[in-house]
Amino acid sequence: MTGGVRLARLAPPLTLLILLGPLAFGLAGTALPALGYLPDLGGTEFTTAHFSELAEVPGIWRSALLSVAIGLITTLVSLGAVAGFVASDLGTSGFARMRRMISPLLSVPHAAAAFGLAFLIAPSGMIMRLVSPWLTGLDRPPDLLIINDPLALSMMAGLIVKEIPFLFLVTLAALPQTRHLETMRLGRSLGYGRVASFTFLLWPPVYRQIRLAVFAVVAYATSVVDVALILGPHLPPTLPVRLIDWMNDPDLESRFLASAGAILQLGVTLAALIAWVGLERIGAFLVRQIRDNGRRWRRDMAVRALARSVMGGSAVIIFGGIAVLALWSVSGLWQFPDALPSSFTWKSWMQALPRMSGPLGTTLAVAGLSTLIALTLTILCLEREYETGRGRGGGALLLIYLPLIVPQISFMFGLQVLSIWLGVDASFSALVLAHLVFVLPYVFLSLSDPWRAHDRRHDLIAAGLGMSRTRTLVKIRLPMLTRAILTAAAVGFSVSVGQYLPTVLIGAGRLTTVTTEAVALAAGGNRRVIGVYAFMQTLLPFFAFAIATGLPGLVFRNRRGLRV
Amino acid sequence: MRNAMIKSPILFAGALSAALAFSQTSHAADPDPRDWDAVLQEAKGQTVYFNAWGGSENINLYIDWAGQTLKERFGVTVVHVKLDDTANAVATVLAEKAAGKSEGGSVDLIWINGENFASMKRQDLLMAPDWTTSLPNWAYVDHETKPTILTDFTIPTDGLESPWGGAKMVFFHDTARTPADSVPGSSAELLDWAERNPGRFSYPQPPDFIGSSFLKQVLSETIADPAKLSQKVNAASFAEDAAPLFAYLDRLHPNLWRSGKAYPQNYPDMKQKLADGELDIIFAFNPSEASAGIAAGELPDTVRSFTYTEGTLGNTHFVAIPYNASAKAGALVLANFLISPEAQLRKQDPSVWGDPTVLSMDKLSAEDRAAFEALDLGIATLRPDELGPALDEPHPDWMERIEGEWLKRYGAAN
Repeated sequence: MTGGVRLARLAPPLTLLILLGPLAFGLAGTALPALGYLPDLGGTEFTTAHFSELAEVPGIWRSALLSVAIGLITTLVSLGAVAGFVASDLGTSGFARMRRMISPLLSVPHAAAAFGLAFLIAPSGMIMRLVSPWLTGLDRPPDLLIINDPLALSMMAGLIVKEIPFLFLVTLAALPQTRHLETMRLGRSLGYGRVASFTFLLWPPVYRQIRLAVFAVVAYATSVVDVALILGPHLPPTLPVRLIDWMNDPDLESRFLASAGAILQLGVTLAALIAWVGLERIGAFLVRQIRDNGRRWRRDMAVRALARSVMGGSAVIIFGGIAVLALWSVSGLWQFPDALPSSFTWKSWMQALPRMSGPLGTTLAVAGLSTLIALTLTILCLEREYETGRGRGGGALLLIYLPLIVPQISFMFGLQVLSIWLGVDASFSALVLAHLVFVLPYVFLSLSDPWRAHDRRHDLIAAGLGMSRTRTLVKIRLPMLTRAILTAAAVGFSVSVGQYLPTVLIGAGRLTTVTTEAVALAAGGNRRVIGVYAFMQTLLPFFAFAIATGLPGLVFRNRRGLRV
Repeated sequence: MRNAMIKSPILFAGALSAALAFSQTSHAADPDPRDWDAVLQEAKGQTVYFNAWGGSENINLYIDWAGQTLKERFGVTVVHVKLDDTANAVATVLAEKAAGKSEGGSVDLIWINGENFASMKRQDLLMAPDWTTSLPNWAYVDHETKPTILTDFTIPTDGLESPWGGAKMVFFHDTARTPADSVPGSSAELLDWAERNPGRFSYPQPPDFIGSSFLKQVLSETIADPAKLSQKVNAASFAEDAAPLFAYLDRLHPNLWRSGKAYPQNYPDMKQKLADGELDIIFAFNPSEASAGIAAGELPDTVRSFTYTEGTLGNTHFVAIPYNASAKAGALVLANFLISPEAQLRKQDPSVWGDPTVLSMDKLSAEDRAAFEALDLGIATLRPDELGPALDEPHPDWMERIEGEWLKRYGAAN
């Protein structure tokens, strides 16, 4: 046997170590200061005083409740839209069209999508400019609280348009594991409408498969920082934003408060997840009730139209937002209510590009390296699993999902303290490792299904021809799975590009990426600069996906069976 | 080894106060600006991490230019760490001190003044003793007629921070919408104006520096005994002293932009909102801000400036070197370059930045003086004699107390 397979034996424990090590150390590093223990800052005794102090902070409970509500509503709306759309259009040509249109949206970073939305819907935004003054009669923007509204409606909208593509693609991946076309046909032949057929017959097994991804959406929406900074309410802001403020306070005592807050954040996310499980139960109960009363629900056009318009709307919002970002990046003076700038200029780009090279280099290096490591580990893990036939259980899956479900902010604080202690803060390797914690799960999740679906008979033939396992892997399986591997790489790459919090905390201001620069410069509120950076931030993952789609066709131009 | 390094700070730590004794004495290895050739020699090849607020594009570009010039002339690389709040850099240095990292710190030069300087000076986080007055270009600095160069928010600078630019609170309006004769001449008139024009004025949300400065401006005009502002806050009479300020804000807030339920992020954000027509009166600490905005195509050319007849806050902003900086020689070279006539001239040009100089025209060569006089300050910039009197900044303690009180009253307002 050869080195490759022996290496594969080490891969699963190593992967778990990379995923769970930072998680465990990070949580401990957050919990200890929350309980008053941080000797470097003079905290040597355990106390609950910081939690009492937290409870006294004005508006803290409102911030926490807001985060729970955002998590639940965001997930409910985006999941409902995806389920409704799949129910209405599965198997139609519109479905394939939507699939092609939605997939690239996954690569748009959250912050860029949020900026795009803000530029569209703000009182001085694009939509208002398009309808003013001829329709509204306004020659000045109305004094309306749309962005940063206290109910976080615009923030939820920003999250929903980004979660829809994610949940849609996860659902698409789950569908082939069910006999969906046959099942739908069965329902229809019994006289049920499309939506009813889907909800009663297909949804339960599909939901079971995507459940962890849905949990990840709940957790993400309760703890997101960058979208909240851009679109979220101000007085008070959501809990994660307050944590960041305390973390950055020049009074170091605030770090104890921030750590206690990070533990509260853990509780908030947990509460949202528990509430979600409750909603699952209620939903299942309602579905059973409705199913058992025997109605066929044949007239479901309203539901179908609604689901379609939410799906289509989210795509239009993201594309429209990015178009407006691009427009601002080349605009000169652009006063309200002009629909177009009064002059165009490349000045913003000319000024930004030379200064972008540093952050751009870091972005590419960190994303490239973390994706490469994640890909190697994933392939070795899957190879090991292939060999032993173990590791497909729900337990293993949960472990992989864990870094996506535990709020980033709750363990990144601890990880930052740890990295300062070890003196590795602002080091390139620490940053790659921090990104890996989030890149690895996504790479694993996107590669595992095609890998498992690979026809084993190819390997048998190869073995029959006397090929070693490693040689089979290199010569047969990897080439045949090139497309899936490149797609997984593109997913990993775009996850790394989009990372804000780990980069800010571990990079410590010395290692900056396009994303952290975009958020920092956004502080200036200069739309032209935001346009340049957010557009750039979108472009990188887009190129990655373009390569993943285009490269196989080029490499395999002489392999008919591997072309699509 | 690593362990030993981790444990020793634990022994000292908590001991933020005990550490005082150590950092007072300067490090033996600190570069001495009096031997400038040695400083230049040591600086060559160093990388200076300049921690400076990064929210304004023209300032970022200026820092970029300074960095390139330093690279070409002295072989010093400058990396601009773009902060969204200077307090973050103070927190970084403090965290490093708490962790016992008294060398090789991550901040080399920091753009600072007021409460952050007071906090760093108080906690001995700055390179000491006096290095600024030994810089070669200190010879040009106008420390005689500009008192804020030696006293920063009532705190003596003691040569621990080197001046970079002057600042004065100036208001801006668009004459296309707001005629020049209707603009307010005091905080009280501003309140009346806001009541007549609801939703068209706001200020950045404290603790944003400019937002807090607006609170201090109102405080300076409304407090019964302004002399109190040069002292630390008297906790016993604070509520009474600040009562007129908060009565003012209580009346102002319902008439603010978005009825005070959301605030602009900072002054560049207000500038964008003036261009959009969301706000009618904005303010900044840079008298040339409007001219610079017009030059950059961000503001229409109908924008003009005004100040209050009784005066507005004025101060100086500085750069300082943390006690544990990694590239002190490089930081000295940068600080010295920033007060060179060449760099100051470029900084005052509204098409670059438009920030007022800290140099004395009398100390410059005839050639440099002529260059300063030839600067076109821009159509929207008030002449120095039109800027009105400068009010002294209150003691930094006031800012902290008022920010805290503001957050308590309005921080969960919705």
